[in-house]
Amino acid sequence: MSGDDTGGGDSGDGMDDAGGRTDDADALRENVSDQFDRLPATAAEREVAGRATRPEVVDWWVDRFGVSRERFADYTFWEKGAGKVWAFRGASPSPVEVEALGVVFLRTRQEHWKPTTDAVQRFAADATRNVIDLDRGEARRFVAGENQPVDWDGDWGYLIAAHEVAGGRAPIGVGLYVHGELQSMMPKGRRRQFDAPNTPGDAGE
Amino acid sequence: MTDDARGPDTNDRDRDRDRDEPPDLSVLDRYRPLVDDFAAFRGACARPLGYTVRVNPLKTSVERVRRAYDERGVEHEPVVWHDRLLRVATDSPGASWPYVHGWVYPQEEVSALPVLALDPQPGETVLDTCAAPGSKTTQIAAAMDDRGTLVANDRSLGRLAPLRSNAQRLGVTNVIVTNRDARNLSTRPLAVDAVDRTLVDAPCTCEGTVRKNPDALVEWSEEYLHSVADLQRDVLDRAVAATREGGTVVYGTCTFAPEENEAVVDHALSRGDCRLVDVDLPLETDPGVREWRGESFDPAVERCARVYPHRNDTGGFFCAKLEVTG
Repeated sequence: MSGDDTGGGDSGDGMDDAGGRTDDADALRENVSDQFDRLPATAAEREVAGRATRPEVVDWWVDRFGVSRERFADYTFWEKGAGKVWAFRGASPSPVEVEALGVVFLRTRQEHWKPTTDAVQRFAADATRNVIDLDRGEARRFVAGENQPVDWDGDWGYLIAAHEVAGGRAPIGVGLYVHGELQSMMPKGRRRQFDAPNTPGDAGE
Repeated sequence: MTDDARGPDTNDRDRDRDRDEPPDLSVLDRYRPLVDDFAAFRGACARPLGYTVRVNPLKTSVERVRRAYDERGVEHEPVVWHDRLLRVATDSPGASWPYVHGWVYPQEEVSALPVLALDPQPGETVLDTCAAPGSKTTQIAAAMDDRGTLVANDRSLGRLAPLRSNAQRLGVTNVIVTNRDARNLSTRPLAVDAVDRTLVDAPCTCEGTVRKNPDALVEWSEEYLHSVADLQRDVLDRAVAATREGGTVVYGTCTFAPEENEAVVDHALSRGDCRLVDVDLPLETDPGVREWRGESFDPAVERCARVYPHRNDTGGFFCAKLEVTG
């Protein structure tokens, strides 16, 4: 139901509640977007309409990227903001008003769930599925925030964009692959221009 | 508050380094009575510092970072007293793959000292009271191996964005970020465990950052010095109160002024619920000063560490380590 193979034109931050959830919305509270609420352990325990459950979130990562389920064993998952899921590894705090709990992990409440740049870097360095390997020029364009045509015969949708650096693959961020094009989802603050003179990022070509 | 604590994107801000004239260091003349070889001290303060980065073990190894720099032709060498600090020959450490991958945090060498003194351990509960933009927060998380609970607080809402983005870039997942005034901060509403260690990386006059930021002394005034010292006292008192008995509080500034250093520690000692312990730092330090401008401090302040720029060719720093006794 999520992370499927169709791309769609979702640019990421739009809130789309038509995600095929089966909640009985009448019996559930509305999401309060300015507080952290823990994701329910099961669908039966869901108290807030449209909220993803912990197993759904973990399954999505495992299914989509082939990462180990155990990786998330120490984590609790929280929703703050409509659909914004955070991963926190620490003693479980009370849901008081705090500014951040761990890392922003996944955008739910939209047809195609979208992982964050920081989450794929942190949790999916050894992903085995839906990773597109970029060459040097492609990686440079990707980190600059550019969209580009790429050769990819795998799934459409949100992919991990990675490149080879210092003896291994390293995820750069999230790309949206549709119609032969990889759209860079690098957040503005994480973009870098490596083609300027005298920057170390990609010198010496 | 240290070199890298000047707001969003300071990591990448290179304009501070474009200068033709040496900074006006006359403010530092007040420290002539404190510093052996004052000419060497002043001379060191006038020399710009190069860039260093701290390697983030939550995401990579020192070896891989060095290899990544090698691949891009960026010269680097380790800082002799800390194996995770690298001096890098670039004017823009933020425009590099190691930065994009969260493998490094551009940070002045001495800024890594207070967390070494704090010595946080995996599984503990640690509080960073003045955390933005996150150099120490991310270093604490690395020392904790991202296990346990780290509360990173800053009272400036505007500075929370860089704190959050730096923590996330470095892959820190055990952090709770709060936006409170450190003078009345409590972790109790968070329902986390008792705080084992607290870092007070205090706002200060930043005199010791003049090698990195030649404008550091431009707005120096006695008036600001005294107002920030009042703030520091209140923040340190609160930090001691927020830490469990037997726990550790480290107080650090990047300034030379005894009003902001030994006087603040002396005030905390006078309250009777903490004691100074030795700070074991891996570079040459000078002891805290017992007297300043007619005021004398608890003799224990000699256990504090002063880092003068001419001793190790670094920025300036002050660090005190306290054990909470009551």
